[in-house]
Amino acid sequence: MSSIGTGYDLSVTTFSPDGRVFQIEYAAKAVDNSGTVIGIKCKDGIVLGVEKLIPSKMMLPGSNRRIHAVHRHSGMAVAGLAADGRQIVARAKSEATNYDSVYGDPIPVKELADRVASYVHLCTLYWWLRPFGCGVILGGYDRDGPQLYMVEPSGVSYRYFGAAIGKGRQAAKTEIEKLKLQDLTCRKAVIEVAKISIYGVHDEAKDKDFELEMSWVCDESNRQHEKVPEELLEEAKAAAKLALEEMDAD
Amino acid sequence: MDQVDFNAPHSMGTTIIGVTYNGGVVLGADSRTSTGVYVANRASDKITKLTDNVYVCRSGSAADSQVVSDYVRYFLHQHTRIQLGQPATVKVAANLVRLLAYNNKNNLQTGLIVGGWDKYEGGQIYGVPLGGTIVQQPFAIGGSGSSYLYGFFDQAWKEGMTQDEAEELVKKAVSLAIARDGASGGVVRTVIINSEGVTRNFYPGDQLPIWHDELESHNSLLDILGAPEPMNI
Repeated sequence: MSSIGTGYDLSVTTFSPDGRVFQIEYAAKAVDNSGTVIGIKCKDGIVLGVEKLIPSKMMLPGSNRRIHAVHRHSGMAVAGLAADGRQIVARAKSEATNYDSVYGDPIPVKELADRVASYVHLCTLYWWLRPFGCGVILGGYDRDGPQLYMVEPSGVSYRYFGAAIGKGRQAAKTEIEKLKLQDLTCRKAVIEVAKISIYGVHDEAKDKDFELEMSWVCDESNRQHEKVPEELLEEAKAAAKLALEEMDAD
Repeated sequence: MDQVDFNAPHSMGTTIIGVTYNGGVVLGADSRTSTGVYVANRASDKITKLTDNVYVCRSGSAADSQVVSDYVRYFLHQHTRIQLGQPATVKVAANLVRLLAYNNKNNLQTGLIVGGWDKYEGGQIYGVPLGGTIVQQPFAIGGSGSSYLYGFFDQAWKEGMTQDEAEELVKKAVSLAIARDGASGGVVRTVIINSEGVTRNFYPGDQLPIWHDELESHNSLLDILGAPEPMNI
C-alpha cells in the first residue's frame, strides 16, 4: 500500500485518486490477522472449523465462541473482530426468522448470504459508519443441497467449494485444494479440517494457545447445524496431533 | 324489483373445491357472483392464477379475494425473481395468502383454497379459511355450497385417485352443490395442475348432470310454459 497517509484513507466515503477505498482494505487487514477459519463443502454437507487463538490462559475453554447458529440449517464462522461478527450473526438470524414468517419456509442459503452481504456492504457506504472488521463463512443446507458462502468486509459474497480466511488462509487453501471434496464425507472432513488447522496452519512460535472449534451441517446431523460431536472432535484432534508428530519426525 | 339493491357488495356465494390425486391437483368452482339476490355475473372465473404452477380458488367478497390474490401474485413475482428464476413452491404461495388473510382478518371476508404442484412436494392443497389459519389437506371444500358437500366428500374421496376420477368427482360435487345452494350456479370450471403443466376445463350449465327434481335447462322460459311463439300472438 504505497499511498498510505496521502489523505484518502480516513473515510469510507472517499475514493483515492486511483479508485480505492482504503478503509475497506484496512478492515480486510483486521481479518487477515485473525486466527484461521476454514469451511469446506463435502458430498453430504458442510464442515466449519476455527482456530480460535486464546490470548490468556485464564479464559474458560468454550467461551468467546466464533461459530454461531443462524437458523436450524445454517451456521456462521467468524474471522476478525468477534464482536463485529456477533452483529452480523444477529442480522443473519433476524433475516432468517423474517423470511420464515413471510414465506413459511426456511431461508435458502443463497438468499441468506445475499442479505448478509447487503448488510455488510451497507456499512461501507456512509461516513458515520465503520466497515465490519470481520469476514464470515456461512454454511447451510437447503433443498438444493449443502452450500458454502464467504462474505468479506467489502460486502462481496461468493459461493465456494472450500474457503479459508485469517492468518493461515494461504496454507489452508493449498491443503483444501488437495482434498477430493466430491468423495469426502463430513465425518472424514472433520479430521481433515482438524489436520489443516493444527499442523498446516497454526504457528506454534507466535501464537501459543488455541482452541479448535468445529461445527457441521450434513446428512449425519439430519441437515441441522450442530457442534461436531465431542468424541469425533477428540478423535480428529488426536489424528491431527499424530500427523503433526509424524511431520516433525521426518 | 324494489328489494333488489344493485349497490350491495358483490359476493361470491360459492362452491369451491380442491382435490389432490396421484400426480397433481384438481381445482373446481361454480361461476355465480351475486349482489344480494341479483346475479351480477353468471360466468365468473373464481380460479385465479398466482404463478405458473399455483392457482387459488376464491370465495366470499369478490373484492377482498381479488385484492388478496393480486397482492400474493405480486409478492410471488418478486420472490421468484430473487430465487434465481426457480418457480415458487405451493407452500410459499399458500403462506403468503395466509399472511395477508391473517394480518387483515378484521377487514376481510374471504376464504381461499390454494392448490398447485411443485417438484419438491408434488401436488398440494392448502385451505385458508376466514380467520387466516392455514391447513394442508388432501382435499378442501369452501364457500356456501360446501355445506352440502361434507358428507359427500367423506364418502366419495379416495386416496390415490386418477386424474379423471378426481376431475369427475369435482365436477359432480360442484353440480350437486349448485343444485342445492341458491348462491352457487352457472357453469363449472376446473383447473388441473401436475408435472406436465396446467389444463383448464369448462363445463356449461346445460351439460351438467341433473339432480333431484331439477328442471332441465332451456333456452327460453317459453319452452317450459308451453306458450305460443311470440310472433303467433
